[in-house]
Amino acid sequence: MQLLGIIISLLGGGVLALLVGRQSASASRWLSLVSLAVASVFYASLWFDTTDPQATSLWLLHMDWPWIARFGIHVLLATDGLSLVLIGLTLVLGYVALLSAWHEINHRCGLFYLNFLFTLAGVVGVFSALDLFLFFVFWEVMLVPMFLIIAIWGHEGRRYAATKFFIYTQASSLLMLAAMVGLVLLNQQQTGVWSFSWFTLTQTDTSGSLGMWLMLGFYVAFLVKLPGLPVHNWLPDAHTQAPTPGSILLAGILLKTGAYGLLRFVWPLFPDAASTFAPIAMGLGVLSVLYAAKLAFAQNDLKRLIAYTSISHMGFVSLGIFAWNHLSLQGTVMQMVGHGLSSAGLFAIAGLLQQRLHTRDLDKMGGLWGQMPKLAALSMLFAVAALGLPGLANFIGEFMVLLGVFQVAPWAASLAALGMILAPVYALIIMQKGFFGASLGTQTVGTTEVLDLNTRELLMLAVLVVGLVLLGFWPNLIFTITAAPVDYLMHLGKGG
Amino acid sequence: MQQLWLIPCLPLVGFLLLVLGHGRCSRSAARLVGVGSVAMAALVTLWVALDFYSPGAAQSYQVELWPWFSAGALEVSFGLYLDGLSLSMLFVITGVGSLIHWYASGYMWQDPDYQRFFAYMNLFVAAMLMLVLADNLVLLFLGWEGVGLCSFLLIGFWHQDPANGYAARKAFVVTRVGDTAFAIGLFLLFRELGTLDLPTIMALAPEQFVMGANRPTLIAALLLAGAVGKSAQLPLHTWLPDAMAGPTPVSALIHAATMVTAGVYLIARTHEVFLQAPDVLLVVAFIGLFTLLISGFTALNQTDIKRVLAYSTMSQIGYMFFALGVGAWNESVFHLMTHALFKALLFMTAGSIILAMHHEQDIRSMGGLRRQLPVPFWCFVIGSACLVALPPTSGFFSKEAILNASWQLPGYGPWLWAGGVLGAFITAIYSFRLLFMVFFGPQKAQPHEPKGWQFHPPLMILAALSLVAGWFVLPTGPVLPASPAGHPPTWTIVVAIAMPLLGIGIAYQVYVRHQWQGLRLAQWPQLRQFLFQGWGFDGLYQRLLLTPFTALALVNRHDIIDGVPKLLIQLSRFLHGLFSQLQNGQLRFYIATLASAAIIVLALALKVL
Repeated sequence: MQLLGIIISLLGGGVLALLVGRQSASASRWLSLVSLAVASVFYASLWFDTTDPQATSLWLLHMDWPWIARFGIHVLLATDGLSLVLIGLTLVLGYVALLSAWHEINHRCGLFYLNFLFTLAGVVGVFSALDLFLFFVFWEVMLVPMFLIIAIWGHEGRRYAATKFFIYTQASSLLMLAAMVGLVLLNQQQTGVWSFSWFTLTQTDTSGSLGMWLMLGFYVAFLVKLPGLPVHNWLPDAHTQAPTPGSILLAGILLKTGAYGLLRFVWPLFPDAASTFAPIAMGLGVLSVLYAAKLAFAQNDLKRLIAYTSISHMGFVSLGIFAWNHLSLQGTVMQMVGHGLSSAGLFAIAGLLQQRLHTRDLDKMGGLWGQMPKLAALSMLFAVAALGLPGLANFIGEFMVLLGVFQVAPWAASLAALGMILAPVYALIIMQKGFFGASLGTQTVGTTEVLDLNTRELLMLAVLVVGLVLLGFWPNLIFTITAAPVDYLMHLGKGG
Repeated sequence: MQQLWLIPCLPLVGFLLLVLGHGRCSRSAARLVGVGSVAMAALVTLWVALDFYSPGAAQSYQVELWPWFSAGALEVSFGLYLDGLSLSMLFVITGVGSLIHWYASGYMWQDPDYQRFFAYMNLFVAAMLMLVLADNLVLLFLGWEGVGLCSFLLIGFWHQDPANGYAARKAFVVTRVGDTAFAIGLFLLFRELGTLDLPTIMALAPEQFVMGANRPTLIAALLLAGAVGKSAQLPLHTWLPDAMAGPTPVSALIHAATMVTAGVYLIARTHEVFLQAPDVLLVVAFIGLFTLLISGFTALNQTDIKRVLAYSTMSQIGYMFFALGVGAWNESVFHLMTHALFKALLFMTAGSIILAMHHEQDIRSMGGLRRQLPVPFWCFVIGSACLVALPPTSGFFSKEAILNASWQLPGYGPWLWAGGVLGAFITAIYSFRLLFMVFFGPQKAQPHEPKGWQFHPPLMILAALSLVAGWFVLPTGPVLPASPAGHPPTWTIVVAIAMPLLGIGIAYQVYVRHQWQGLRLAQWPQLRQFLFQGWGFDGLYQRLLLTPFTALALVNRHDIIDGVPKLLIQLSRFLHGLFSQLQNGQLRFYIATLASAAIIVLALALKVL
């Protein structure tokens, strides 16, 4: 019930925000906040229901209504610990993105919040739908509003970026749809029953070359979303051109749907094909880590730099998933959460700097430490989170991924570990170019007002900092929840 | 024993108070928190030590604070481990650390960012304490990276100058190279032994590993790479001289007394693994030897007072590695302790001189300061005497023990010993060259010495400790293997004592009496330049690594893979152009194509039929 509550309150809030947005922009803001708060209340009740020590079952919540009976399509929503964690991340980053939109989005507010909340609803749906058809519907629900957010509220190159984003994701989700239908047909041939249910389809025998092709259909769709080499090129443009809340949603949450898809679908549905393909996928993961890190270093557009760091970090996710052992998978989940928080922080910082300086060009910045000490300190924190400093969530993720990968593929882990050397190279260059050096004075800044963070901005970043530090020191908060689902996925992914 | 957690916690609380109260509390409140937290940690250390030394107390114990993370076979606790080795490190960190904090509270008083400075310093002390108290290697790595971060923040403390930022980044990235090897070593260790818990590793390593086999050798080599980066040994030593961009108390605390010795601590802490890899231990000895010689020669003609001390630090840590390599484990940690005392003394004295000279660091602009600055002068004399190991200062006891042990190493022993003695000779020359150039000869500028309770007392306490520390006994005996038994021949001891004296004599002739000028390097400008720049390592890395990497990054700035979608766009534009030519609105063209297409279709149809 609570899952439906979350999705409906977000969708309903979006529609209402559009309606009141015509009268008052600030009403639509507050309405979005309220709908997010209602969704959080549902989430909290889900959390307290399920962390009840009595409830030891794997599926914390399970809802199943028939939808299109002819093809065995159901409205099948279910949550295990993995979905629970990712939905939680979605809601937390929802608040952060909303706070960052508060003053940045000033035209067509109603429409913006409609798209904003619909994206969130789509993501929550993606993380909880276990009917493949329903999953696909939500997959599209989150893409279209995101496309509009980039196309309408983006920066100077928004149309090119939005189109590129749309084509990449649409083309790849077509592949996924085809693979999905193929899988359902295969299952129908084997059992004589039409079903889109994940629970049924994981029982399908997908060994053989057809299984490999179907697996690749899913893999490509999720790899585009993740994104990984060599289909990552939509991301730097989309991230750079999106408005700050859009970048936060994209980096923080939307990329995680790709990782989630690999975890939830690729391995459990196609265990044989996935394990055959694993060396290639891990190789691509290593390439992503190193290649994107090198590209990040060369950028002078701050948002583009952060975008490439995302690709680098998602390379670890790819690597961890295809190593497919308990350590690497738990690490992957932590890496997803850690990257969600730290990249949201970095994009929020980039947004704040752009508001103040009207540029994203690092070469035009410098000496900001003296003028904005709080902003500088928090930038430092997010930068070191991104470079994997122990004590923050990203370290736990990266360390466990590499530790897990090393058990099965020492060379892949050792090569990817070189990313640890490149990470400070790109992360600290932000500090060097942005914050070190003599103060620029007012001629570039263009204003003499107080430039450091105000309370709203501080609150927005503090949420992320608390999350990063908390998970850096008590990562078991997440590991205890995700241990059982990870074991179950591994059991399915081992080929029954 | 329950109070052990307080030791790292107190500076951490100090850090949090200073950060959260930023801009809201007075300078003296910041001083109280910043210095007080470390001083209290020192008091708790004494309390812990009293427990430790009480009769019947355990020689080592583990306190788990909370389970940090666990997944599958991996169990990592957030736990502390105390034994003689970590207790010795606690003495150094909290003891020398609180004296340096005390001194820094005066040294930095005029700085507008006083509070931020102490926040970083307290965070550093907390991280360093975690490093030495960690009961497992992941937690040790947390401290390890934590001190690296604080080193970055403090080297770049004066952020107005981009050069400081560059030096800070260089330090972080170069040490990170070692850290990455260290991390891979942890992965391998976990794969082999299934645990990262330090006491368990120490128990398992002798049982599970075959001495000299590939696995322990590889693990030890990777850990060594980590240690080499952090401790500024060859070939990852290039960051330390640039790190002198930080405020002088930072150089004293981080880049002399504590953080740079973390590598020594790591090797001593994991000695059971190294004992299974005798080849790596020999490499440790030679790395130490080459570092101590190369940095000693470099120190000979530096002109910046802090850079001389920086190279001298590298050289002394070289002795510690040298000692570890030849099996003088206890002596290495002992030298770590005495070096922390006298090098902190030298750096802080140098700080007083720099303040007195209005932030002048070039020793060629100094001279004749011994009359105006008597307290720094005598402190510097004591520090230098320890550094060149004159009997009966503390440096004599520790260095002598190391040289004696090296003589007894089978095989390379006498060669290593000779290198070590040559190093001691060079140490004497560069130390007294520095002393003579700063304090003797004609006076070139009028100094204004900073005085007061923050300047002289910490210096005097450190000077006194440096003199008598040779009689201290560190509780490392039960933890570390004993050094080889036996005595080297008496003549070796005589030579080892005579060489530093000879060095001092040469320095006196050249720099005070201005004779024997033929010995000065000024006659060989190219050699001098080569040595001055630290044997060209920076240039080598620049050419081998940095230039290719930045060139590659710039060439591919726009991501060559992005060409694929761009190509698709061009292809569809081309096709668009091609096909839109067909739709040209000319009737005759339409009729002609229609007719010819009809004929072709007809012809094909006829052929098929």
